[in-house]
Amino acid sequence: MSALLSPIKDVHSERRLFLARVVLAIVISLLLMGSVVARLVQLQVLDHELFAEKSQGNRVRIEPVPPIRGLVFDRKGRVIAENLPAYQLELIPEQVEDIDDTLNRLAAINLIEFEDIQRFKDLSRSGPRFKPVTLKFRLTEEEIANFAIQRPRFPGVDFQPRLVRHYPDGELVAHAVGYVGALSTDDLQRLDPASYAGTSHTGKTGVEGSFESDLHGDAGYRHLIANARGRQVPGDSSELLDSLPVDQVPAPGANVYLSIDLDLQRIAAKALEGRRGALVALDPRNGEILALVSAPAFDPNLFAVGMSTSQYRELSENPDRPLFNRAVRGAYPPGSTIKPILALAALDTNATSLTRKTICHGYFQLPNDDHRYRDWKPEGHGAVDLHDAIAQSCDVYFYGISGELGIDNMHDYLDRFGLGTKTGVDVGGESSGLVPSREWKKNNFRDRDNQRWYHGETVIASIGQGYMLATPLQLAAAAGALATRGERYRPHMVAAVEDALTGERRIAQPERLVDVEISNDLYWENVIGAMHDVMQGPRGTARAVGFGAPYEMAGKSGTAQVVSIAQDEEYDDAELEERQRDHALFISFAPLDEPRIAVALIVENGESGSGVAAPIAKAIMDAYLGYGDDAS
Amino acid sequence: MRTWGTVTMRLSDTQSLFAPNAPPMTSFSGILRRLHIDGPLLGGLLLVCALGLFVLYSAVGESNRLLMNQVVRIAVAIAAMLIVAQLPPDFLRRWTPWGYAAGLILLVLVLTQGDVGQGAQRWLDLGIRFQPSEAMKLGVPMMTAWYLHDRQIPPNVGQLFIIAVMIAVPTLLIARQPDLGTSLLIAASGVIVIVLAGMSFRLMLGLAVAAVPGALVLWNFMQDYQKQRVLTLLNPDSDPLGAGYNIIQSKIAIGSGGMFGKGWTNGSQAQLEFLPERDTDFIFAVLGEEFGLLGVLTLLTLYMFVVGRGLYIAVQARDTYSRLLAGSISLTFMVYVFVNTAMVTGIVPVVGIPLPLVSFGGTSMVTLMAGFGILMSIHSHRKLLPH
Repeated sequence: MSALLSPIKDVHSERRLFLARVVLAIVISLLLMGSVVARLVQLQVLDHELFAEKSQGNRVRIEPVPPIRGLVFDRKGRVIAENLPAYQLELIPEQVEDIDDTLNRLAAINLIEFEDIQRFKDLSRSGPRFKPVTLKFRLTEEEIANFAIQRPRFPGVDFQPRLVRHYPDGELVAHAVGYVGALSTDDLQRLDPASYAGTSHTGKTGVEGSFESDLHGDAGYRHLIANARGRQVPGDSSELLDSLPVDQVPAPGANVYLSIDLDLQRIAAKALEGRRGALVALDPRNGEILALVSAPAFDPNLFAVGMSTSQYRELSENPDRPLFNRAVRGAYPPGSTIKPILALAALDTNATSLTRKTICHGYFQLPNDDHRYRDWKPEGHGAVDLHDAIAQSCDVYFYGISGELGIDNMHDYLDRFGLGTKTGVDVGGESSGLVPSREWKKNNFRDRDNQRWYHGETVIASIGQGYMLATPLQLAAAAGALATRGERYRPHMVAAVEDALTGERRIAQPERLVDVEISNDLYWENVIGAMHDVMQGPRGTARAVGFGAPYEMAGKSGTAQVVSIAQDEEYDDAELEERQRDHALFISFAPLDEPRIAVALIVENGESGSGVAAPIAKAIMDAYLGYGDDAS
Repeated sequence: MRTWGTVTMRLSDTQSLFAPNAPPMTSFSGILRRLHIDGPLLGGLLLVCALGLFVLYSAVGESNRLLMNQVVRIAVAIAAMLIVAQLPPDFLRRWTPWGYAAGLILLVLVLTQGDVGQGAQRWLDLGIRFQPSEAMKLGVPMMTAWYLHDRQIPPNVGQLFIIAVMIAVPTLLIARQPDLGTSLLIAASGVIVIVLAGMSFRLMLGLAVAAVPGALVLWNFMQDYQKQRVLTLLNPDSDPLGAGYNIIQSKIAIGSGGMFGKGWTNGSQAQLEFLPERDTDFIFAVLGEEFGLLGVLTLLTLYMFVVGRGLYIAVQARDTYSRLLAGSISLTFMVYVFVNTAMVTGIVPVVGIPLPLVSFGGTSMVTLMAGFGILMSIHSHRKLLPH
């Protein structure tokens, strides 16, 4: 039936054509298979003797030689990460008769933990069977002595000298430089197996993670003569070696120079000791990060040496979350620290003027609404203009102009200062923070009522509360953009990468981002002048910190609510649990006219931006500008 | 529009098990014909499987358990082949576009919600775990043959373009998983159909010239490990620790086997576990080491017999769909054999294609045997009069 409906086909010519093509296919197939047969004849007949020799008796074993990992230095050339020799315990799967039994006996003499046996079994199955599996990365003197006696009982298990990554300053650099850890099966799938053949560790976080390809280098290899069981035969004079390619020397990894200054790092870490918080300092003229601290921290050497399951659990389950990098991943409500940016936005969009004054009674109300939006100062600031509103951090002034400014303008200007998007810093895992807008709300809420943007939300956004979130790194970059009057650079930590053999350096060039354009230079001067008064004016919130300093600085404090306070309830911090107290924030830069450093920090539950956070920022600036106690 | 009813009718029409003119069940050949089995093809396949089991037993370290696993897989695959052989080609043809469409949907599902196994998304969990890319190994040649069935061959440029899209869509979806080996094989099975359909040599030459920039684009699409494989092929000694290790070891294994081999289960390379993946992709090297040139030539001859029988069935087929499909299945099988043996002997890059019917593993075995089931169906259902 279908044959009747289809167009008339020339069946005979089709058959002839098909037959011709099949004949062609047969010819090609025979040629292809002929090439395989020719190859087989070459391997099995012509070169048979060569291969037979290679396959029998003593055989040539190729052993990888891992490259030496590049070093990491701070901006003054001090070592942050190096490699130290240590003995490690290794197992070569093909030399072990019964892997289960061997691992169990090793656990019984406390060289490994029973919990880890399954992991080692999986590891010994995943790679080539001649490739050693490391059971323990750093053996103590005692363990070496102990194992030396028992060694005959463990064929295929041996200790080997290896270089182990070492961070002399430990906790101090944990969140800046990151750490290396043992290669996981996931890593092995991602990385080039040839280059990592002899490697045991890879960079996991921070600079160690993101500059892995520079730091690692390439494996070399050497040929060994081994007997049938895989043991190396010393001084074998076999001619086999002559027929093999020569050994290849590993290519060492590149050295990395950070823009981090260990002195600043130390001051910041000391100031944040015993607290939860983070600090980022950078050079606003090029985006170089001078200090990056997150507290509490952890000892990165634990990852390099390898820790037992219980040690790791202690770190990962600590309620203070020492593994969490607050400086780049912690997203906090920025509070009043964004007021200078919103002031510029309001001036630039004519939502306010330099002369407009508001009478502050300590609270603000929207028309037809009983809700009172409180100022941090219950009795109010009296008559304030924009300059006073920044210097004294008057919330009511900003509540008042928030309606005219509008959430969309707020979003626009905060976005221009880089808030709400990742900075693109050269270490991974960054959080993007959040600058809310009408569109964001529409896309991120299920409930129709919640998809609308309410006026009250604009009011609280004007003092950096509500949905708004920023990371300390973003705030430091924004402070830098204020310092330079709108010039922005991408923050980065790596200043140069140096070839370990030739000493040739690749200098990281500052990456200039889109400037923040403000229509009138007067606006910049007014807002920065107000930030100057925050620290060194007669009524500034942090005047106690800036008083008497030998240089001019600018700053802005911020306080972020952790719990919201109900209407009519008195704010009484004694009653609040320590973890529910407000976060203290501060951004600052100095010197005022030719800024060289911008700092942002947060002290979780620190309560007062000007009281707790500002002195830390000042100490960093003092040290960097050469006015510190232990300045060099 | 066709309805379910007519399809079942047609199927029962051609169910020759019950048809009045069915051959008698008295002789062996009669039984084979009633069951729609092609004797020579079945014989060739069974011999390949049998030789394969011998080699496998040695390669898995003489493990009876693993050997039995493989025997069960072969049995399941042969059962699948016999079932497919009962379905008349007209029936297969009618359902081809639907099957092809379903396959495409499953491929998209794999990319969006498939299981990740060994760094690639290939598996879909539909009650049973299942690789849609396997089904497409048959789906693509069936679809291209279906498209050409009602048309005069050779196809014109416009038709070739449509076919190119039919091939390219599943190929790219599978390449995204990423499974470069399978996607190339699937593309090959479709291309074979249009070459068999008489695509002009001038056009082929033109495309070959155009393929040079295409290859550069492909190179950019490739994962680092895939690039590494190509580079290693050009110079295996440059990478003796990574991908080069496999080739060096397999060459030693095959070369040391000589003319007659070291004897069953006596290959030192294989038994001392110098040879990686010796029970899967590199099993051909075990055969070469233990049975020598004689062994590998025997297996290659058996393979060529199977391919030859398949092409004979294709030439004998009575309609365009059957002809093109049978030709494509046979030649794709041939490509399988060539790519695996050529990669193990170091002529082409290591692309992770198993030795068909011999390597340990079951997924591709069922697809292969189902393909041979189609060949048997085409041969046994052919009408004696040309239509």
